Amino acid sequence: MDRENRIPTRMGDGEMVHMTRSEIRADLEAGTAAAARRAKVPPLTEEELEHLLDIYGSPARFTGVDIGTEVVLSYDGSGMKTIASRRQDLQIYEQWFGADTIELHHVDYSFKPVKAIVPFEAQEMHEVLLRVVAPVQYGAQPNLGLYSRPDGPVPNWAELLPLGRIAEARAAQEEAIPMAVKDMVYVCESMYEAGADGVDFDTSAAAGDADFLATLQAVEEVRRRCPEMGIEVGMSGEFVLGMHGEVEHDGVRLAGLWPREQMKLVARAGATIFGPVVNVNAGKSCAWNIARACTIVKPCAEEATIPIHMNVGMGVGAVCMTKYPPVDAVSRASRACVDILKVDGL
Amino acid sequence: MTRGMRLPQAKAHVADKLGVSPPDLSDPVIMNEVREKLGFGRITTFEISHPTQPVAIEAKFNIADVLGVPVNSVRRFAARTAKGGSST
Repeated sequence: MDRENRIPTRMGDGEMVHMTRSEIRADLEAGTAAAARRAKVPPLTEEELEHLLDIYGSPARFTGVDIGTEVVLSYDGSGMKTIASRRQDLQIYEQWFGADTIELHHVDYSFKPVKAIVPFEAQEMHEVLLRVVAPVQYGAQPNLGLYSRPDGPVPNWAELLPLGRIAEARAAQEEAIPMAVKDMVYVCESMYEAGADGVDFDTSAAAGDADFLATLQAVEEVRRRCPEMGIEVGMSGEFVLGMHGEVEHDGVRLAGLWPREQMKLVARAGATIFGPVVNVNAGKSCAWNIARACTIVKPCAEEATIPIHMNVGMGVGAVCMTKYPPVDAVSRASRACVDILKVDGL
Repeated sequence: MTRGMRLPQAKAHVADKLGVSPPDLSDPVIMNEVREKLGFGRITTFEISHPTQPVAIEAKFNIADVLGVPVNSVRRFAARTAKGGSST
């Protein structure tokens, strides 16, 4: 007979469930074991699992880090006319939400469409910078897929690959890379000249290893042209998909890289902040997901030479895959990342 | 964010420049007084107004000066206005 109290906790899809402390502990153990197997990294220690059990075995609505160990909160998507104008939204994030950094962006959140409206975006950046104190980034996605048909000029590798036309798919991606690099550098340099404090290459590698290569090449060029600019590279997934399979950067094959190796390349390219991602398994508990996320990112955080801002949001970093992430899940994941990984920000 | 400095080092640098301890940086009571003293800008609402103190870009000039960190928008502002030498 089950004599343990049941504790309210979340599944990865956001559903509230009730689990015993033993069940939560079992999920933590399973999550770290799954990550260790998959990413070929060490599992969490007994002490770390016990700490996660304290966090996820609590029925409290909200939890937080110890006083004095707070980290920087950087935001993507913080100025998008949710309430008022974009600049007013950014002022709200600074003055009401206490955001440490804020981010201007266009609702069509990719560098390619922004290229055509850069003067308007840079003007908005200029105006915003006069009105806020917090550092302002400009954010967009590299989104290499937009350079393939029907959105762009090169053949669509996602259509070629299922047909077994591998060489053509690879050639198409290689053709798209310099186009994406040119657009990203153009947008970033324009923002720098308007006065932006930084840029955020958000959801990098979403289209796979060629997308990641374009991002790294753009970061190198932006660093060369804009020496005082903050450069954040946030990832789209926990490992780099091998849509091409053979592209390399700095002598390293990009397909299949996990966060530690991603971070090393990003730092060498000249970025100043790295945002690792671990995707959520919606069918598992948040406890299982946080153990898996911390296990995968721990080697990256330990060896980082630049700040690590873990992605903790809808469907990543053990926050539920739902439009309205519950604060109990968000605060537990945030605290766990700070306590276990010693991240610099979220 | 422009220096790629990890958080413990960044907190130590800022705390040293401000004359506080690193944990003080996230204490709103202490930092309200520090920000007022150094002209770093503070939260303003209808009820809490301080119209004679620096805000926005004005505050960023003070932050760049005290922390010894170049701020892109401050540098651009200075270059585009009389301080940049275009007007005397």
